[in-house]
Parts: sequence; structure tokens; C-alpha cells
Amino acid sequence: MAELERVGEIIEAGTTAFTAQCYQLYEIPPLGSLVKTGNASAELYGIVYNAATTSLEPGRRPIARGQDETSQEAIYRSSPQLAKLLRSEFGAVVVGHKEGDKLYHRLPPRPARIHSFVHQCTPAEVMDFGQSFDFLNILLNANLPVPAEELVGAALRRMSQAHKDPRAFLVAAGKELAILLSGNLNQLNAILGRIKT
Amino acid sequence: MTENQRLGIVVSGSLGKGVEVKLDSSVSIEDVVVGRFVTIEGAKRRFFGMISEVSLGMTDQRLSLTPPDVADPFIAEVLAGTSTFGTLHVTPTLVIGGDADSLLEGPQPVKTVPSHFSVVNLASERDVELVFGSEDEKRFFIGNPLDMETKLCIDLEEFVKRSNGIFGKSGTGKTFLTRILLIGMLQKSQAVNLVFDMHNEYGWEGSSEKGNKVKGLKQLFSSKVAVFTLDEENSKRRKVVTDFTVKIGYDEIEPADIALLRQTLNLTEQATEAVYRLRQRFGKNWLGKTLEAREAEETRALLDELDIHESTFQNLRRGLSTIQRLPFIEPKSPANAVKAILEHLERGTNVVLEFGRYRDITAYILVANMLSRRIYAHYQEKMEKAIAEDATKPHPLVITIEEAHKFLNPEVASQTIFGTIAREMRKYNVTLLVIDQRPSGIDSEVMSQMGTKITCLMDNERDIDSVLAGVSGRNELKSVLAKLAAKRQALVFGHAVPMPVAFQPREYGSAESYKAFSGETKAGTKEDVEKLWE
Repeated sequence: MAELERVGEIIEAGTTAFTAQCYQLYEIPPLGSLVKTGNASAELYGIVYNAATTSLEPGRRPIARGQDETSQEAIYRSSPQLAKLLRSEFGAVVVGHKEGDKLYHRLPPRPARIHSFVHQCTPAEVMDFGQSFDFLNILLNANLPVPAEELVGAALRRMSQAHKDPRAFLVAAGKELAILLSGNLNQLNAILGRIKT
Repeated sequence: MTENQRLGIVVSGSLGKGVEVKLDSSVSIEDVVVGRFVTIEGAKRRFFGMISEVSLGMTDQRLSLTPPDVADPFIAEVLAGTSTFGTLHVTPTLVIGGDADSLLEGPQPVKTVPSHFSVVNLASERDVELVFGSEDEKRFFIGNPLDMETKLCIDLEEFVKRSNGIFGKSGTGKTFLTRILLIGMLQKSQAVNLVFDMHNEYGWEGSSEKGNKVKGLKQLFSSKVAVFTLDEENSKRRKVVTDFTVKIGYDEIEPADIALLRQTLNLTEQATEAVYRLRQRFGKNWLGKTLEAREAEETRALLDELDIHESTFQNLRRGLSTIQRLPFIEPKSPANAVKAILEHLERGTNVVLEFGRYRDITAYILVANMLSRRIYAHYQEKMEKAIAEDATKPHPLVITIEEAHKFLNPEVASQTIFGTIAREMRKYNVTLLVIDQRPSGIDSEVMSQMGTKITCLMDNERDIDSVLAGVSGRNELKSVLAKLAAKRQALVFGHAVPMPVAFQPREYGSAESYKAFSGETKAGTKEDVEKLWE
């Protein structure tokens, strides 16, 4: 397997979601992108739903430093320790797992392990994962701090880019959503508005 | 639309009301039309039915209140088939195949419904052929089911066993349909026809609405058709070769004929009753004697004796003189028309009686009723004899009458011979082919006895109701009937077809169509000749 872009390492894990810290400050995978973790025998797939950059020590807030600097970048140049005092982390909602060669769009039997590496998925993997829309149901029902419409919209937009015909993919996804959200027209309209091409 | 295309799946329904089909999102609802045939692939059987209603559905009623932005093709495409979808109402009527037995027996009436989510396909030509049969010795090709190329055939042997009706507003193609059916009967059944041709359209030549001339039966099948006329002069002017000129003698008119004409002759109830008394008094020649009666003492004495009031008698005389004025009514007829007609019928020749200029309803009712009564009596006698002696039965006879509501309305249906024929059906091998534009005027008892009904477009609610009375699934048929085109489309249902079907009658009037019609006979003759050598 080619070396995939490693984006972080798990620091908190549950059955439905995990949190990973990025190796580089601000190198966070985009909202809605598909990431995976675990080892070759049991891989977990997650969709990035949230990201934050905070101080390493919870009680110690960063202070403004740029009054005498000419640019934002200059702040980091003159205070190189900042990159070590701050950290970027992201949360991903678990949407599927792979056992051997088989891909399941459902929650894994066990959560990920702490310190597992998190990789960004390749377009081929994204396409493979997008064969089924069962993950939409997990996304819609996960109780997350971000609005479900935003997350679903972002995830579908990103996935569509891996497909040869993004529009056809989005139409198919839209139809699935129309069925899932048949009782919630407003949410459906909100998502469709976010994914329309 | 390609045939055998998947349309959708069954989502609900009942045997009585038919099933609801949710249309697949790939099918445009605008391509699906009422009257099309579909097959439903049940788990164990295949069902055959007809689309009787097309409707729009949505999962959320709020969509109709706040319609989505369908100007955006993406949104429109997503919603089509999911939140908004088409539904079809299908009435399953037959079950095809399933096991070996039912394959042999052919389509069976439906007694259950397909299970949930059975796939619904457009019926293929083969399916339709399986249901309606293909053209053979008994089946006659009358047209194509709407939007299909398949030939629709009706079983004429079954058709002539009962009285049948052709209905439709004027100008919808009743006459053309009748011509096609007459040709069919002439070719494919043992029956002989007697046509009371009020408008001189069937015998020699008719005309289409565009004014083109179309050939009548005699031109196409001269050896099998005889044209009788009431108006020789008119026939000659139209250059029609006639076989017999019908004249009617006074002594051939019976009181029952007058009773039937009560309305058209404007007679009172008492006057029609008086006729019976006069017939009793004078015997066969009562009409002549009544007309001869002068204002004299003896007439008055006679009236007193018969208990007929003076004014009633005057009323009757006025009416009778209307009949007397008809040019084909003569004190003594030179030849017996009934006998001539019967001779032709017995030889298997079809008889078309043209009315020439005498198109008024009085002449038509009088002549049709009178001749039919005699012929029917004769048939009755022959049939009874045949049954008693186990001899050959006479050819089945089909009498074609136009403006049938004048003969078969509830007031007179019990008196006319046509009412009797319609009710007694095939007992004596005589049936009717009724052509009418106001079926609501026909006695419901008579309507209910009709085997096969073919109806063109009608828009009067009462007419539609009376035609469809007693048919299962009439509400569905009603919507099909109401959507027929004004011309060259008809709905047939009843005895001769396994299920109701809307169809486009085959072409009649072009050189090719004549060839097609006569080609069929020629093939038959050739076969007959071959049989001789066997």
C-alpha cells in the first residue's frame, strides 16, 4: 500500500466518533472529508465533522502578539515556540469500517485505538465508499455540534469530486436523502440547497 | 416507449378496486397513458391489466404548499420519483400462465391481487396476443389496442351468440365500426345478417365525413350480399344494383306495428287500443277497411258497436293515413318481401334493406318491426322443428337496427319484436346488432342482456352510465371512455373479448383496406377448394 497522507493521531476514541490531533499546526483535513484509521485487518472510516486549534494547556489562553508585526506570518516567525504551544485537532464521526476486503457502512464492533494514525483517503477509496449511501443515515442521526445539513452537504460535495460524473453522484445522493428525509422537508431543502451544482 | 419496459411496483390495492402502482423515477409520467396494458409479475402468477388512472403523489403534503425551486434542474431531478412521484391505478383483469394448466387454458379471470411490490411492466405485443388471441378462423381483426401495433381480434362466433350494441355520439365512427363488424361476421361466422339500412350506407356505397365515397358490402362481397330496397327510384339514381324491391301490403300491417308507432304518429292510448278491436272485426284487411270508412251512418253504428269514440277514430285515421301515404305501402303487395328475404337468408346470403328517401322514423320503425316479426316467427318455427327432429338448425341471424332507442325504449320494448329478441337472446338463433347514439333511451333490461358492447366517445353522463351499467370496474372504464378521441377510437367490452379494451378500429375506405378485407375471404375460399380435393 502506498504511503498515504498521514494527517494525525487519535487522542480520543469512542464507538461513534474519534478525535485526532494533527501533526502540523493548521494541517487539518477539510470539513466533510473521508479519513481512515486502524490497521490493514480492521479499518475504520470517519468523516471530519469538526476541527479546532487550541492552546496545549486548557487553562492558558493565547494572547494577542501582532501589534508590532507587519504581517500575520511574522508573528509565527518571531515566536517559533507558538507551533509547539498550540495544537490543531479534529473530530470525525465513524461512518463505516472494513473487515478484510469487505466494506460496511455501519458502526464498527470496537472503537479505534488511541495513537492510531489517521490517514486521508485516496480518491479511489472515496469512490469505493460512495457506492452506497447508507452512511447518510448515520450522519443525519449523529448528535453533533455542527448542523447535520452542513456536514452532509460538505461530505457529499467532497465525495462527488472523486467521481467521474459529480452531478450524477449528487443526484443519486439527493434521491436517497429525499427518501430519508421524507418527513422533514425543510432539512431536505437545506441540504439540497448546499449540494446543488 | 419501448415495450416490456419496467414501469414501477405495486404498492397497495384490492381486488375490487384495482391496485396502485408507484412509478419508477426513471419513467416519465407523461409517457404513461390511460388504456395501456400492463403485466404485473406476481410471485406465482402474471397478472394482466389496464391502466385506468394516472395521478401525482408526494410524500409530504407541505411540498404542495411550498413548492421547491424546480427551476433548478438539479432539485427537480432529485425530487422526481422520490418526494414527488407518479402513481398509476391498474385494474388487473386476467391471470396469464403461472402453471402448466393455466398455460393451456389461456388467460383466466383474476381472483386475487399481486403481492406487495410486484414489478409492473408495459405489456408486450406477445402478451396482448396471448390475451386477445391472434387472427384465425373464428377471430376477426377489428383494430389495434391504443398505442400498440398488435392486432386486436374478437371472437365472432361468441359475438353472434348474443345481442350486441354499438354506441357513440354521432360522427364518432359507429357506421364504420359496424361495416367492419358486418364484414367480419360475413367472413368468419356462420351467421347471416339482415341490415335495416336507414341511411343507405351499408349496401352499396357510403361516405366518410370528409365526403369521400367508401364501398359498401355489396361492392366487396357481391356474391354474399343482396341489396333490397324500399325506394327503387332512389336506388336507380344512385346507380345501385338492387336484388329486390320491397312493397308492403295493407294486410301485412298488424295492430302491434301501430302500437309501436304511437308516439311518432301522435296517437292516443285509446286509438291504439281501437286498432286491436278493428283488427278483430275486419280481419287481416283491417287497415284498408278502416281507411275506407266514410262519414256515414253505418260507420257511426260500427264505432258504437266497437265502443270507439268518434274523436279517437279520427285520431287513428289521421295516423293511419300517414302510413298510407308512404309510397311503398300498397293495398296489395305484388311480391312477398318476407319470403324473399328468408330465401336469401337461408341460402346464407346477407340482406341489406335500403330505405332510399324514406328516412323518416315512421317508415323505419314500421318496416323494420314488421319484417323482423315475421322473420323471427319463421325462425322460431324452424328452430323448434330442428330441435324436435334433431335436424340442422337455421343459420344464426343477426338483425342490425339503427336508432335503436326508438324500438327499445322502456315504453315500447315490451311490445316490439326487438325487445323480445334482445331478451330471449339466442334461443331461436336470432340476435340483434343495435346501433344507437342515445343508449340511455334503451330499456335497461335490454341493455343488460347485450353480450358485447362497443362504444365510441360519449359525453352524456346518462348515456355513459347506461352503457357501463353492470360492468365490473365501471368507474375505471368510465375514465377510459371519457378520454377516447372523438374519432376512430372505441372501447369494447363484454362477451367476445376477455377484457375491456380501448382500440383504434382498423382502416376502412382505402384501396389497401379493401384488399385486406377481401384478401381474407379469398384465402378462405382457396382453403375450401383445397378441402374438396382431400
